[in-house]
Amino acid sequence: MENLNILIVGVGGQGVILASEVLTLVGIKTGFDVKKSEIHGMSQRGGSVSSDIRFNKVKVHSPVIARKSADFLVGFEKLEALRAIDMVADDGIIISSNYRLDPMTVSAGSMIYPDDVEGIVKENHEKTYFFDHIETIEKIKNPRAVNIYILGALASFIDIEKEIWIEVIKSRVPPKTVDLNINAFEEGLKIGG
Amino acid sequence: MSKEMMSGNEAIARAAYEAGVKVAAAYPGTPSSEIMENVAKYDEIFSQWGPNEKVAFEVALGAAFAGKRAICAMKHVGLNVAADPFFTASYSGVEAGFVIVSADEPGMHSSQNEQDNRNYAKFAKIPMLEPSDSQEAKDFTKLAFDISKKFDTPVMMRVTTRICHSKSMVELKERKEAGLNEFPKKNTKKYVVIPAHARIKRVMVEQRLKDLAEYAENTDINKIEEGTGELAFITSGISHNYVKEVYPDAHFLKLGFTYPLPMKMIRKFVDQHKKVIVVEELDPFMEDQIKVAGINVHGMDIITNIGELNSDIIRNSIEKTKDEGTEIRVSIPVRPPALCPGCPHRGVFTILREQGVRVMGDIGCYTLGVLPPLDNLDWCVCMGAGVSMVQGLEKAWDDKYADKIVGMVGDSTFFHSGITGLVDMVYNHGIGTIFVLDNSTTAMTGTQENPATGKDIKGNPATRVDIRKVCEAVGIKEIYDVDPQDLDALGEVVAKALASKNPTVIITHRECILLPLRNKVKFTPLKIDTEKCIGCKSCVSVGCPALAYDKKLRKTRVLQELCVGCEVCSRMCPKSAFTKNGEPLVYEKRHKIRGK
Repeated sequence: MENLNILIVGVGGQGVILASEVLTLVGIKTGFDVKKSEIHGMSQRGGSVSSDIRFNKVKVHSPVIARKSADFLVGFEKLEALRAIDMVADDGIIISSNYRLDPMTVSAGSMIYPDDVEGIVKENHEKTYFFDHIETIEKIKNPRAVNIYILGALASFIDIEKEIWIEVIKSRVPPKTVDLNINAFEEGLKIGG
Repeated sequence: MSKEMMSGNEAIARAAYEAGVKVAAAYPGTPSSEIMENVAKYDEIFSQWGPNEKVAFEVALGAAFAGKRAICAMKHVGLNVAADPFFTASYSGVEAGFVIVSADEPGMHSSQNEQDNRNYAKFAKIPMLEPSDSQEAKDFTKLAFDISKKFDTPVMMRVTTRICHSKSMVELKERKEAGLNEFPKKNTKKYVVIPAHARIKRVMVEQRLKDLAEYAENTDINKIEEGTGELAFITSGISHNYVKEVYPDAHFLKLGFTYPLPMKMIRKFVDQHKKVIVVEELDPFMEDQIKVAGINVHGMDIITNIGELNSDIIRNSIEKTKDEGTEIRVSIPVRPPALCPGCPHRGVFTILREQGVRVMGDIGCYTLGVLPPLDNLDWCVCMGAGVSMVQGLEKAWDDKYADKIVGMVGDSTFFHSGITGLVDMVYNHGIGTIFVLDNSTTAMTGTQENPATGKDIKGNPATRVDIRKVCEAVGIKEIYDVDPQDLDALGEVVAKALASKNPTVIITHRECILLPLRNKVKFTPLKIDTEKCIGCKSCVSVGCPALAYDKKLRKTRVLQELCVGCEVCSRMCPKSAFTKNGEPLVYEKRHKIRGK
């Protein structure tokens, strides 16, 4: 693996930033040059959030992923995954939650949250994996560990030793939640088979 | 030495530490806020939030006059506020190194304009450096202190959002103390800028620019990266990385020191290549100067001067191509930011809308009141204008509409530049009504402390400046204190204040919801009795992210994981359909959207 571009998208407050921090550290530990970029500011206010993470064996130049060049598009919310669909490479993979969080424009009744977002994503990009948000929470027993579950799902497609992921997760999550998060990560690993 | 993954802002803070900075000051503003937050982690540096950028600048300049290294940081529009001392500090120079960080925001992710502050460096005749990643942000900041000392000048570090908020590896070094060992001797010719002294300095400033231009020719942060093929670029800052991404093998003249420009170096580079393109975000700052020097380059004829650049824009501009977007068969609703569930500002907007009031806003979370469904902000320009512009709005019509207009500032904004507007109103026969939305923090930029919070930048206790007492001292006769979630009381106060023929201040007191949430305070969310809900959408009109209106079922749902039970929405419900702890919420007074 010479380089890797991962775009994580979601909504402010969903844990996108923690997930991208973990990913960054995993890249560094694996020996890559890493750059990460995200836009702060409005993120805490329920707006769209995205984080660009780039690994390169030699040197990463732009901190921002170019369109159609994300190897992975990771969606914490399905509408956000759809919104970013132009960013994923043709042979890239989309991993997304089927979680629906209505934007203010929808919850106030002025715009429509499209039906069948999953179907629309899939018809535009073949290599797409959606997981069920509710079922996942039941499996991992804590809604706050969904971001680590998603990292597990991502890890199942990436050729980086599992131990590195686990080591970094242990160092980044609150001590009391280590077992819970490791369990969530292991569950996520099952996605890629 | 060890290496660490750092944002550009963290790297600048680290540079301040390593460079032996003694005093650091800032006013928070995206994308610059994390610079001072990180400087505050170093005990060796006296750091502080100033009430505004001018004060922060002057605090730092004072330290530089006193012989210690100093740094101040601000967002691009902040330098407008600090422009007065900025220009004259160019004349006086400094005793020890003095660096100003200007964090510009191409793309306006969280800003009101897209001004290119590189123009300020040229305007004030101050040297400027532009880093392109976190390592350079650290290295250049340290170099800026040396340049400042060597050339007796303030130095501007110009960064942009993508430098501030992107992370890359940085090599850490030890701190080296710097500055004078004794308090400097009196030197009025240098530090008292009366005309007679300034005229002498004026000539020196021009000579300094010549010396700096010579320095720019020889510094290793201006360098040629030899490539192959015909493409040749002159780049600075983040633009360099975007171009390098697309054309890694092109020829580059990468400039880190961008004012004054190394014109000899540029001329030589351009002479060696058939066609050279200057790539820079926003204004043709380098391009114009290069062309004025009679050197033939391309730039804005190829690449736009609007918004943030990226590698796609650069490739498409140079190769005259266009990206085809995926055609999606549905329209994707936009996801704008919104006031948080439980935000104390929501009640204020709900009442102002109910009473049909026009609102002169300011810069802060409450600016989000402009977005639907609240849609209740009429004007917003800059910090402090939420007070002072009310006077003009009202006097333009001989106060005829004074009972229909309110101004609005936050606690931090009040101290930033709201007080002078109040003085004006009191002095110049104003009768305006001004809201001070005191949520005990500077929320929008990430909940920083301010003079009203009773804590300093490090979170230690500090003297709290009392907003009410300031208003009293200024001469405001009518001051109301109210809880913005007590809609009934708030409604009465607003009606009274608007009817008043005195200048009036309404201070709303309730802390930003992010503060208790961060301290894991548990709230009881509301629920809706779907039998009672008639789908009238009154509740969702308060614009709360914790409510979802289901168009098919014609019912509102409360998102349990988001609701904090503030009961602003439930006071809009005509059917008392909301419940808390299983009990129906019934109120004496129901609040409405005007006209409904």
